Amino acid sequence: MSATILSTAITFALGALALAMIFATIRILRGPRAQDRVLGLDTLYVNTMLLFLTLGIRNGTVFFFEAAIVIAMLGFVATVALAKFLMRGEVIE
Amino acid sequence: MSHLETLPLWAAIPAAAFLVLGASLALIGSFGLLRLPTFYERIHAPTLGSSWGTAGVVLASVIVFSVGQGRPVLHDLLIGGLVTATTPVTLMLLGRAALYRDR
Repeated sequence: MSATILSTAITFALGALALAMIFATIRILRGPRAQDRVLGLDTLYVNTMLLFLTLGIRNGTVFFFEAAIVIAMLGFVATVALAKFLMRGEVIE
Repeated sequence: MSHLETLPLWAAIPAAAFLVLGASLALIGSFGLLRLPTFYERIHAPTLGSSWGTAGVVLASVIVFSVGQGRPVLHDLLIGGLVTATTPVTLMLLGRAALYRDR
């Protein structure tokens, strides 16, 4: 009974997060300006992190947690670097 | 998925509810990112996924692993704290960069 409830919820969550990643990818491809693409990349990182956490619940392992925390940190650094580049034209000055 | 079979019902129902809540909020935020007309409206939408979207999935993970292993497994809260601390920084930097480019 509990496995049925959780399996249904996990399947729904995987579908919803995959659809959210598709929406963010469409925003990256469509633009129209550079800051829209950076915002779409940040959203894609967050959705991927949530997808990995959901896969970790589904498989019952902690390896997906480590991948998710690496994705979260890389997403932060990437978005800060791209925002700095849009602001100043250089990342490190 | 044998580890889900042994989970009691009182833990499975809140975990499933938190999981559905988090994934739905992430989906709504990304849909807003796709549909809203201007950049300054669009920058608000993904925060739905990075605030309660992340909190919902993280709480579901904490419930499932803590009840399944019979001890508190709290390392998922680290991701919640990290995302809560970094999202305002990135979005304020991005918003100021966009404002600078528009002027």
